[in-house]
Amino acid sequence: MTYIPHSPKERDDMLNTIGVKNLEDLFRDVPEKYRFPNLHLPPALTEMEAATELGELSLGNDNIRTDLVSFLGAGAYNHYIPAVVDHILQRSEYSTAYTPYQPEISQGTLQAIFEYQSLISALTGMEVSNASHYDGATAVAEAVAMAYAQFRGKRTKIVLSPAINPQYRAVLRTYTQDMNLTIAGDTLSVGQIPDSNALINLIDDNTALVIVQYPDFFGRIYDYTALIDAIHARGALVCVAANPIVLGLLKTPGAMGADIVAGEGQPLGIPLSFGGPYLGFFATRKQFIHKMAGRLVGETADNRGQRAYVLTLTAREQHIKRERATSNICTNQGLMALAAAVYLSLLGRGGLRQVAELCYHKAHYAAEKITGIPGYALSFDTPFFHEFSVGCPKPVAEINASLLEHGFLGGYDLGQDYPALRDTMLLAVTEMNTKDEIDALADVLAEVAHA
Amino acid sequence: MNIPANFKYTKTDEWLDPITGKVGLTDYAQSQLSDIVFVEVVVAVGDTLQAGKAIVSVESVKAAAESYAPVTAKVTAINEELANNPEVLNSDPYDQGWMIKVEGADTAGLMDSAAYTKYCEERGH
Repeated sequence: MTYIPHSPKERDDMLNTIGVKNLEDLFRDVPEKYRFPNLHLPPALTEMEAATELGELSLGNDNIRTDLVSFLGAGAYNHYIPAVVDHILQRSEYSTAYTPYQPEISQGTLQAIFEYQSLISALTGMEVSNASHYDGATAVAEAVAMAYAQFRGKRTKIVLSPAINPQYRAVLRTYTQDMNLTIAGDTLSVGQIPDSNALINLIDDNTALVIVQYPDFFGRIYDYTALIDAIHARGALVCVAANPIVLGLLKTPGAMGADIVAGEGQPLGIPLSFGGPYLGFFATRKQFIHKMAGRLVGETADNRGQRAYVLTLTAREQHIKRERATSNICTNQGLMALAAAVYLSLLGRGGLRQVAELCYHKAHYAAEKITGIPGYALSFDTPFFHEFSVGCPKPVAEINASLLEHGFLGGYDLGQDYPALRDTMLLAVTEMNTKDEIDALADVLAEVAHA
Repeated sequence: MNIPANFKYTKTDEWLDPITGKVGLTDYAQSQLSDIVFVEVVVAVGDTLQAGKAIVSVESVKAAAESYAPVTAKVTAINEELANNPEVLNSDPYDQGWMIKVEGADTAGLMDSAAYTKYCEERGH
């Protein structure tokens, strides 16, 4: 089938039909000086010239696979990605511009999404997962939309732990800016969150959802079971924004009683890539399935009784339910969800646990090393997973500049978002960091303290 | 098309039984929607309904629809069974498929079965 959107004759027919002389006349309402501005573009390059120029530009990047040793996390983590993940992603059968609607021709893709959903459900301890969202921040924002829909707009307050990734909180506010919600809680002290009566006291009859993070933004691990019970006693729903790697080792938010578990799926076989494409995972309980946003693949039997996969419960989505749908997002992050499914299948329960244990032990080794240096101390005495907050003897920016000179990508400057945590660095350690690298990091930190 | 003679009807395909005060979706509506998989009553017992406001949200395998209050009246009961068995809206729209019960309704503005039958026929059935 040839695809020619319109021939000159068809274009003239259309212009005649609407009574316009030429194409330019369609733009008459735009002030002339804005109509066709000179963009001052350089002359077009040949392919060879463009390749050379882009190659030179890319030399300006420092790459954590070749140039730098990273101890930066704060929401995106450097994990090993087995070669099989990329190999499967690059198969042409999975290259598609959009979510497949036609089960007759898309069984492979649909099965992959179904397996992704099954893996996420198992990982989070929940009953159902959707086919994914864009990233962790948007997945958490979708939790707000779901809770709002579940209460049919009658509860309009959202309570956030202050220890949620600041970027998630910013995206959540952007997402919900026209929903007339009251968003409270994240200006509270970042002390002991689950025992925080200040947080519980904010929950009232109008509260639809409370969101906490696991591990929280400072790397701290809490068992939220009692907090979730207290929130449920006040009639609100609970979303736990979780790191998927920790779920391979510790109690799941599902086991703690969470209603929604959402988060950033990037650690599951997806490269850091300058911030994206990433993967938002979203899991909930079956009772909320009709209020859940996003695509959902179900297993069924075809007319010959064979196992088959289809998009299911689509009438709840925006392309059918229009303005009454929970969300206007009804797509998924297909290729990244596939990466996560391949990663999880490849590692299995034991492998994922091993990754999590390596992260945990290496991070604790690093914390012990670093807090042994005069001037450095852990900001909290709470148990942590693979990330920890360290009070430093100098401004974090200054320390990071020195670390960069030594080939280290330093930690996140918590003072940017939390004025009370001035000169506090959030360091992440994964299975990628060797003992030698951790020792070398500690040496540079000691040197910086004395300088 | 099953259209009980003793009920009253709306242009948005709800029925109201003037004796019991029960409200539901007509046989025509359920056949248009096809297999119904989800029903959510969005009003509560004690609410005073305004005619034309949404009372129930319905999803079928291929469509989503809302059902509207046929009259201005007070809600006295909700069919709690619907959430677990939405398919009764298809199989038994005038009995087990009742959605809510109201009292104090003025049915003067509604169609009788003859008028509703004609209305359905005009829409190609």
